[in-house]
Amino acid sequence: MPIWMHGSWMMAETRLGRVEQLGKRTLGLIAEVGYLAALLTESLYWIFAGVFQRQPVRVSSVFAEMMRTGVSAIPIVFLLSFSIGVMLAIQGIHTLRTFGAESQVVIGIALSISREFGPLITGIVVAGRTGSALAARIGTMVVSEEIDALRVMGIQPVRYLVSPVLLAMLVMLPALTIMADFAGLLGGAVYSAMDLGISYAAYADRVISVLKTGDIWQGLIKSAVFATVITLIGVANGFSVTGGAEGVGRATTRSVVLAISGIVIADMVFTWFLNR
Amino acid sequence: MSSVSDRMLTSDPVVEVENLVAHYGSHKVLDGVNLTVNAGEIHIIMGGSGSGKSTLLRHLLGLRRVTSGRIRLLGHELDGVHRSELQELRKQIGVSFQGGALLSSMTVGENVTLPLREHTRLDESTMAIMARMKLEVVNLGGFEHFMPAQLSGGMIKRAALARAIVMDPKLLFFDEPSAGLDPVVSAELDELILRLREAMHMSIVVVTHELESAFRIADRMTVLDCGKILISDTADKVRNSANSRVQDLLNRRPRVEELDADAYLARLTGE
Repeated sequence: MPIWMHGSWMMAETRLGRVEQLGKRTLGLIAEVGYLAALLTESLYWIFAGVFQRQPVRVSSVFAEMMRTGVSAIPIVFLLSFSIGVMLAIQGIHTLRTFGAESQVVIGIALSISREFGPLITGIVVAGRTGSALAARIGTMVVSEEIDALRVMGIQPVRYLVSPVLLAMLVMLPALTIMADFAGLLGGAVYSAMDLGISYAAYADRVISVLKTGDIWQGLIKSAVFATVITLIGVANGFSVTGGAEGVGRATTRSVVLAISGIVIADMVFTWFLNR
Repeated sequence: MSSVSDRMLTSDPVVEVENLVAHYGSHKVLDGVNLTVNAGEIHIIMGGSGSGKSTLLRHLLGLRRVTSGRIRLLGHELDGVHRSELQELRKQIGVSFQGGALLSSMTVGENVTLPLREHTRLDESTMAIMARMKLEVVNLGGFEHFMPAQLSGGMIKRAALARAIVMDPKLLFFDEPSAGLDPVVSAELDELILRLREAMHMSIVVVTHELESAFRIADRMTVLDCGKILISDTADKVRNSANSRVQDLLNRRPRVEELDADAYLARLTGE
């Protein structure tokens, strides 16, 4: 084979290699999405049908998970949401001052907190805390054969480990979001009172008159979707751990990055459909 | 020990494996494995690293799908078995994993009561008594409030054994009981396995590479090498086997592969 032909052959081979890589990655992505869907279906199956199979999801486990994922996240969610409320007030007043309409800042704060920042901040905090902890916990159990042990004892790992977390997250994330809404609004109120002299009562009246039930619901529906995304990504990364402690570390990092990306993208998609 | 194995040969086998073939990707790990474990016997599956014994165990536990072949446990076909049937089957089987696989978030007592809590409707005090009884059997009485991280290697294996036998299984699998233990603790564990068989009349399958321990407890042995069974017979017959590879393994002689210079070069260059 002449050298020039050899060169073009090599290029074609490299190109083929890239196409092959792309194909493999696409298939991998489809497989992963399929796995997440199967995981969700199985978790929901045990939540609803476990009782009839005499293998119920333990209420005590659900409460333990609610404490772990929800109650212990209260301080940090409160602090961050309050700060976001203050920041929104600062930026809003600064922008609206150009038009001499700074007293309208309450509308901006109320809507953006309840529709967007409340669920988003809560989701990101919980993804960082619970998503990573789930991946680490389940990954460690995979490495130390605890998952196999559960399976051979006739205990379905998804029922025992995943369903309680999913249920707890579906309750606690919306609950935390409501608290985040309050904290954010409070942050906005504190700064507005300092800068514009709006009284708390007037601020509250304004918020109540601006907000519709739909705005709150929008945030709550989003938070339920985030709860599902965080749980599934954390658990799936945990179950797929290979290669000991290093693998657990990789899965933990991957689950946080993927969960936060998933939340933000899901948020964009939801906002698109709910507001058009 | 021979009296036990003679007695058992008349009963139905508890494990039957026919022509089992298993792959990891394109690599064949088990190649036409046939194995029978009779009721009430202690059957040792032996082989060096990479012989396929751990893969065989995972297949026997239903943790991996077979490429081809059949596995029957306690008369039930594993392949294609319905989930609920597998569930029932697993209640009759106990497994003690190599590293114990105790749930690290629970105390030893909670670990031992876990199968009872999930599969029975016994009240708390009965479960606690049963767990304490099994812990006494493995000489771990009084340790039920300890966390697994507070136990030594040998204690973890014994606690795992207590969890494996808490449902009084008919069939017990034990993965590498001696691995990582000093000879004395290892010998104690062997004694415990023998006592368990006598007291609870269970069939026990032990996967190990420890020769001394294997011959101490075995009724029958299966020797695996490179995914194939070299011999499956009584301990005495295995010891006196004429098969040179079996003798190599028993006498700890490494496999010497004859390879001429051309073949070696071809392997290195991958041609």
